[in-house]
Amino acid sequence: MSEAVPVVALRDVEKSFGAVRALRGAGLELHAGEAHALVGENGAGKSTLIKILAGLYRPDAGAIEIDGEPVDLHDPSAAIAAGIAVIYQEPALFGDLTVAENLFIGRQPRGRLGRIDRAAMDRDATALFERLGVLLEPDRPAKGLSIADQQLVEIAKAISLDARVLVMDEPTAALTSREVERLFDVVRALRAKGTAILFISHRFDEVEALCQRVTVMRDGAHVSTDPMGEVTVDELIRRMVGRELAAMFPRGEAAPGEVVLDVEGLASAERCRDVSFQVRAGEIVALAGLVGAGRSEVVQAVFGVAPREAGRVRVLGRDLPSGNPRAAMRAGVALVPEDRRQQGLLLDLSVMRNATLVRRGRLARFGFLTGAAEQREAAEWTGRLQAKYGRLTDPVATLSGGNQQKIVLAKWLATGPRLLIVDEPTRGIDVATKAEVHRLLSDLAADGVAVLMVSSELLEVLGMADRTLVMREGRLAGELPRADATEEAVMRLATGQTAEAR
Amino acid sequence: MTIPAPTRTPTGSTVLDLVLRFRALGLLLALAVLVGATASVNARFLSGQSVRDLLFAAAVTVLLACGMTTVVLTRGIDLSVGSTLGLAAYLTADAMSGGVPVPLAVLIGLLVGLACGAANGAIVHFGKVPPLVATLGTLYVFRGIVYFTAGGSRVNASDLPGGFLDFGNGTLLGVPYLFLIAAAVLAVVALFLRDYRSGRDLYALGSNPEAAALAGIPAGRRLMTAYALSGTLAGLGGVLYAARFGTVDASAGYGMELDIVAAVVVGGVAIFGGSGTVLGAALGALLLTVIDNALPVLSIPPFWQQAIVGALILAAIALDRLVALRAARALRKKGSHVG
Repeated sequence: MSEAVPVVALRDVEKSFGAVRALRGAGLELHAGEAHALVGENGAGKSTLIKILAGLYRPDAGAIEIDGEPVDLHDPSAAIAAGIAVIYQEPALFGDLTVAENLFIGRQPRGRLGRIDRAAMDRDATALFERLGVLLEPDRPAKGLSIADQQLVEIAKAISLDARVLVMDEPTAALTSREVERLFDVVRALRAKGTAILFISHRFDEVEALCQRVTVMRDGAHVSTDPMGEVTVDELIRRMVGRELAAMFPRGEAAPGEVVLDVEGLASAERCRDVSFQVRAGEIVALAGLVGAGRSEVVQAVFGVAPREAGRVRVLGRDLPSGNPRAAMRAGVALVPEDRRQQGLLLDLSVMRNATLVRRGRLARFGFLTGAAEQREAAEWTGRLQAKYGRLTDPVATLSGGNQQKIVLAKWLATGPRLLIVDEPTRGIDVATKAEVHRLLSDLAADGVAVLMVSSELLEVLGMADRTLVMREGRLAGELPRADATEEAVMRLATGQTAEAR
Repeated sequence: MTIPAPTRTPTGSTVLDLVLRFRALGLLLALAVLVGATASVNARFLSGQSVRDLLFAAAVTVLLACGMTTVVLTRGIDLSVGSTLGLAAYLTADAMSGGVPVPLAVLIGLLVGLACGAANGAIVHFGKVPPLVATLGTLYVFRGIVYFTAGGSRVNASDLPGGFLDFGNGTLLGVPYLFLIAAAVLAVVALFLRDYRSGRDLYALGSNPEAAALAGIPAGRRLMTAYALSGTLAGLGGVLYAARFGTVDASAGYGMELDIVAAVVVGGVAIFGGSGTVLGAALGALLLTVIDNALPVLSIPPFWQQAIVGALILAAIALDRLVALRAARALRKKGSHVG
């Protein structure tokens, strides 16, 4: 295989975003007829690499070769023309167009006078869906499709391109195991026809089931490429993390204290139902589950950002009113939201303003904020978290993702919370900072703070959580103590053991 | 507009069709009620002359509403249409009064509109200026150019070729030529938006710009097309304005842009892009024109007129929201996957 000219090759690709070096010497070779796994932690640069292949980003340095010839993929249509189709992690559909149009936008079958032949388009769509074994009406609008169905539309779209290279960025995150099997059958058929497949997944069982070779990335660089059979999963994880897991997840024995958070029968606008659990002082409880399982909705309803329809939430024995974040904050609850750029930070404001935002009342004297008090407070907390920034007055937008996250944490830790809720605390931040965030959470728990963590990263859940609550379709599917929490056990609960036909 | 197959599951295309049809039906119903009520007060409202006047007045609005729809579909807006119309009207009329042959003068009007639209598109796409701001700027710029060229002077009907004016005020079987032109443009734009790839791209761009980029839709070319079309139709509107009124000064089409935006919104084109049809927009334009003409007949004081149009816009938006919510609920169907 190494003799042949690869269909696509990336060589020594570099890409920076401001001060953040997302790729530094990344490389990859894809051959016709192989399924190639790309693994690495969140923030290792996989997504950037894919976006370069898709023509969304142009590399700062390095070369892209197709059939051995250097090419310039200057925009997505160039990548599509070069035969590269990408299924993205997050489906991006046109809600106002029909499902069939979503599949064929820009290349709809045409009849007389160049008019779109809708009947032919719907037929082609139906044929595609039959091949994938899914039931979707081609002429319904894409608006209102479930995440899984949206992902299926994206998959059908990519397959219909008859691409030479099919890139799949965690395509299975929202699918049932039955749908995954079906997808893999189609992918294997494509591979047999000579399509090169690049498969990104955090699920090693899927990687092993589908791929012949595996490439590991870490910190934006290529680590290794091996035939699948010649490397163990443990070895892959070790290479991905780049250090011992113990260093990555510094978690000692927890000594849970009093019940800090007590949730009973929580329900919130169609997103979660009948959710009951407790979090004690000094323990880290993880909420795991697939994308869209309702995890974020639970923590938002607990904190009061979203109103709850039923159930009660008690913090240290006191009832929290529904839909009132200020009351939650007064009761000692802090929420570090999932999307720090949208929800966690005011990007244009300074590091200092962001760090002291929720403490303004406490810091003000006679209703006026004094610069000195703000500065003192901000410097103290950002210093404790070892956040790296130029000056306290720099806008937060200039910091790297990891440091931005530290500012968000600093903001909330300054309130001295009894319950800290973190939603995807390490998404999109580099490995070193990630380890720091983990250590910080561990230390907080050791100090008696109750921590409720939502995370899509299984390694993080398994490494950090004293107990893991698994959600599926808005309900709690089960609870796993640390000793029983394995990748398989969590996934089994998250997907439902017998994936029912839909 | 597609005729829905009646026997479908409620999650199928019938929901979308129902929304669209419901919308068109609502507009037609409002039109019928208004016309009926007005006619019952004063039967002359349905006389040939009155209907003709209405169609004359509606022609230019419908024309511009078609252009505005293509822009609004892409999440844009074109506030410069009134000024573009004024500029095209003045330059066309001025050229004719200077002895330029009619076809050439008409071409000048169209090209002026095209140039204005292309300028808008370029500012929005290349300058990355929000459409609202960009076209607000060109609204003043284009109007300034008209004032600069026209000064205080105006072109009078007596300076224009008789044939041109005859055309502007003529009818075929009682229907004004101007309205026939507007109807023809409406049909072509409707076909373009419904049945051509580049037309569908406009919906895609407005529906989800990020996804459009991923799908390789040439956003720049499509935006240029939309704004150029809007400008050209405003230019054509200017020509028709000159033909209809004969007398053109620098204030032609002043303030018209808001009437057009109102027509488009009332006609069910989502102001955030991605959905709506030119047929709806044309019905909206027709409805607003009928209101304009009916209120004096009903002896409603003119200052109520604007309040009524305003209430109608708010009602249209509230209705859209309601219909969208209901449709979303229907489409979410069995809660197989939450979130």
